[in-house]
Amino acid sequence: MAKIAISVKVNGVEHTAEVEPRLLLVHFIREALRLTGTHIGCDTSHCGACTVVLDGRAVKSCTVFAVQADGREILTVEGLEHEGKLHPLQEGFFQEHGLQCGYCTPGMLMTGFAFLNSNTAPTEDEIRHAISGNLCRCTGYVNIVKAYQYAAEKIREGGTQ
Amino acid sequence: MTPRTSAEIGGMGHSVKRKEDPRFIRGKGNYVDDIVLPDMLYLDIVRSPYAHATIKNIDTSKALAIPGVLAVITGNDLAQYNLHWMPTLMSDTQMVLPVEKVMYQAQEVAAVLATDRYIAADGVDAVEVDYEPLPVVVDPKKALLPDAPVLRTDKEGKTDNHIWHWEWGDKPATDQAFDEAEVKVTEEIYIPRIHVSSIETCGCVASFDKISGKLTVWMTTQAPHAIRTVFALVAGHVGLAEHKIQIISPDIGGGFGGKVPVYPGYVIAVAASVLTGKPVKWIEDRMENLQADSFARDYHMTAELAGKKDGTLTALRIKTIADHGYTDAAANPSKFPAGLFHICTGSYDLKAAHVEVDGVYTNKPPGGIAYRCSFRVTEAVHAIERMTDIFAHEIGMDPAEFRMKNFIKPEQFPYKSVLGWEYDSGNYAGALKLAMERIGYDDLRKEQAEKRARGELMGIGISSFTEIVGAGPSKHFDILGLKMFDSAEIRIHPTCKVIARFGTKSQGQGHETTYAQIIAEELGIPVADIAVEEGDTDTAPYGLGTYASRSTPVAGAATAVASRKIREKAKKIAAYLLEANEDDLEWEPGKFFVKGSPDRAKTIQEIALAAYTNHPQGMEAGLEAVSYYDPPNLTYPFGSYICVVDIDKGTGEVKVRRFVAVDDCGNIINPMIVEGQIHGGLTMGLAPALYEEIQYDESGNILQGSFMNYLLPTAVETPKWETDKTCTPSPHHPLGAKGVGESATVGAPAAIVNAVVDALWHLGVRHIDIPITPPKVWKALRDAGVSE
Ligand code: FES
Ligand code: FES
Repeated sequence: MAKIAISVKVNGVEHTAEVEPRLLLVHFIREALRLTGTHIGCDTSHCGACTVVLDGRAVKSCTVFAVQADGREILTVEGLEHEGKLHPLQEGFFQEHGLQCGYCTPGMLMTGFAFLNSNTAPTEDEIRHAISGNLCRCTGYVNIVKAYQYAAEKIREGGTQ
Repeated sequence: MTPRTSAEIGGMGHSVKRKEDPRFIRGKGNYVDDIVLPDMLYLDIVRSPYAHATIKNIDTSKALAIPGVLAVITGNDLAQYNLHWMPTLMSDTQMVLPVEKVMYQAQEVAAVLATDRYIAADGVDAVEVDYEPLPVVVDPKKALLPDAPVLRTDKEGKTDNHIWHWEWGDKPATDQAFDEAEVKVTEEIYIPRIHVSSIETCGCVASFDKISGKLTVWMTTQAPHAIRTVFALVAGHVGLAEHKIQIISPDIGGGFGGKVPVYPGYVIAVAASVLTGKPVKWIEDRMENLQADSFARDYHMTAELAGKKDGTLTALRIKTIADHGYTDAAANPSKFPAGLFHICTGSYDLKAAHVEVDGVYTNKPPGGIAYRCSFRVTEAVHAIERMTDIFAHEIGMDPAEFRMKNFIKPEQFPYKSVLGWEYDSGNYAGALKLAMERIGYDDLRKEQAEKRARGELMGIGISSFTEIVGAGPSKHFDILGLKMFDSAEIRIHPTCKVIARFGTKSQGQGHETTYAQIIAEELGIPVADIAVEEGDTDTAPYGLGTYASRSTPVAGAATAVASRKIREKAKKIAAYLLEANEDDLEWEPGKFFVKGSPDRAKTIQEIALAAYTNHPQGMEAGLEAVSYYDPPNLTYPFGSYICVVDIDKGTGEVKVRRFVAVDDCGNIINPMIVEGQIHGGLTMGLAPALYEEIQYDESGNILQGSFMNYLLPTAVETPKWETDKTCTPSPHHPLGAKGVGESATVGAPAAIVNAVVDALWHLGVRHIDIPITPPKVWKALRDAGVSE
């Protein structure tokens, strides 16, 4: 299959590659760039394990072709930590026990990153709706909600986002 | 329990933050699909569109013509090595790849090996299979009719679809109790087929080194050691030997029982690697996972409960048809084809009980695994908790009062049930009382009465379950002959840093943290100084793995025992260093001191160093121990859950307004982790109660084959769980602990159904099978003449 040249900025680093037009963004991230924090949990855009932030919006990278990311900017879970400092959401998940097997966690974090950008004082209900496209089989969501609340508070107090 | 150790040491009772989290929150976990080896090939599987069909021909030519497709493996290829069938854990047989016919939709038919996962998928599309459909049997009751087509034509002389009959208990005594009963209630209860759907699917990377003859397999398995033995036994004839098989269970994205079985994909990947000498990766997608991996439940029960008009229960009788799909591939201890279903007398002091189960073949995928439960305990709990509720309503007694009346009393423990189990400890009334206080039971009943007068539908449901976990004592428990012990090996280095390895495998339970806490508790070494490793059969001691809530009851006990062996040796070293008599030494977490003179002390750190630098003459150097723990009994965690639902008369929608869960798992290692497990377990109890079910149409087509219609609860449907606890230690576990990871999944569904039926009982509704979907409730309401 003919390949197409793309250039994508991922976690601040410019990458160029030749990809098949059918290549999913999630496979590009995981296999071409070897950033394996972004996971795959389904084939129908339901689980959200593959969520990354594309130009500021949370997207399911299993439902985007790599070529659609050409010229755009992506943030993955590996890009959340900044100069050795955890993002408030990462801290929140650690402090509030927001993860068990950890498989849904990167997606939950990236959904949260985009969400808290637009809403730093969310209600519990707003948080629950925000993560309704991310499935977790382990935690029962209670502590994920708390992790979001923890992060929101940190961000309001002037922590980095 | 107040912790005995400081927060810095972090022994039992401390909510120590998890050691595994720093890698997961950075996206640095190492799950099976993250593993890439040089020259790795990809395997993808051709699956059957038919539920029952003869394979007339498999044409691989178009697939093989695709650049990058290296091979197409069929049943005939495997048959050359006699690897086309494999044994199941229940000593039945299962196809790896078919030679003659397929037995369920989505069954593996052939496998494509290619240089890239996209090319492998292209290859799958290009394989042309010629099928001749055969009559399909979906309903297990019809499968037992005399004119039903016999499915297992591979079994010589098989003339029906019946697998086995199993019964337990005293039938004459039970029948007599029923004959004499003042009140009898009967109900048909179906517990549907469901699927664990861990968010990570299953897969492996198999890598065979042709020169050394060593096979390494990274795989999503909850039981790596048992898998190694199974591989050695099944493939010994083609040259695999147990010392040259290394199974590595990397980080696992949830298991819940679904990662116990050996799936054909693993075996084909291993075969492909052995044949090519290259690493082979096989990762199933979600639809394959839902459609072909082991199912759970699928029990058609007829349950009867007998008792007196005053509300005293006397006897239980259950008959069950168990749909096993085309082979019995359940993951049960060998002696118990229906698992621990005979825990079904639950929390009640019954005088007689009898249980029968008949296993049946149908054209569906095999399984009969847990769904976050210990060997059919959920089926048992669901039956008894539904039946007690029906009985209470039938005689007009409050379900809470009714349970209190029939509970096994605290002073009756250890309690021998009529079905032969010896319950270790319990205080059932204590847990229910606390749950009632927490939810405000009496006020809710008043509110319900007022609402009912206004025509509104509100229900309150209770489930007071008893679990049975920690399999199990070697006298009764084995899987394929392997006794169900588990193990811990602890090594203390000269600087008193620790490496500990286990036969279990965490899939999110937090073993790296909790096992370290047990060692910290027993030896006073800070959690931060203890590294925990699991899942590599080359380094870890043999164990049966993590499922059925057995890690804390069995491997946790092994950890305590191994730690205590180390403490014994440490005491001898301390006596030598202090020039004191061993008997004059006393232990407090972290040091030995001479009785009466606390200044004369040696810390565990000083002792560890001495074990390598200054140990007594005649004693072996080093400080390490291993324990293979054979539990004397199972542990019996319990709890009482109360659920409040509101029902929309117009749509039939059930809304869980509140849910209070009081659990008792004995002494707790890490309260934060226990609470997290209960939250997760409750959500996996809500799921089958209201949303999840796998159904088949008459032709055997799966109706919920993807997340489009197999509905996992999201954060929106999931209520804000309220939890609390009582603490009744296990008398026989070295730490007084019991398992907890599955209690909530076991106990929650009955509480939800009981709440729904409680809301509708006055309308004549006695029972609704799970999942309680809006159409079912809507229909029940319309049948009862209720309009919006
Ligand atoms: S992998 Fe499930 S939504 Fe993308
Ligand atoms: S932590 Fe396991 S799926 Fe969310």
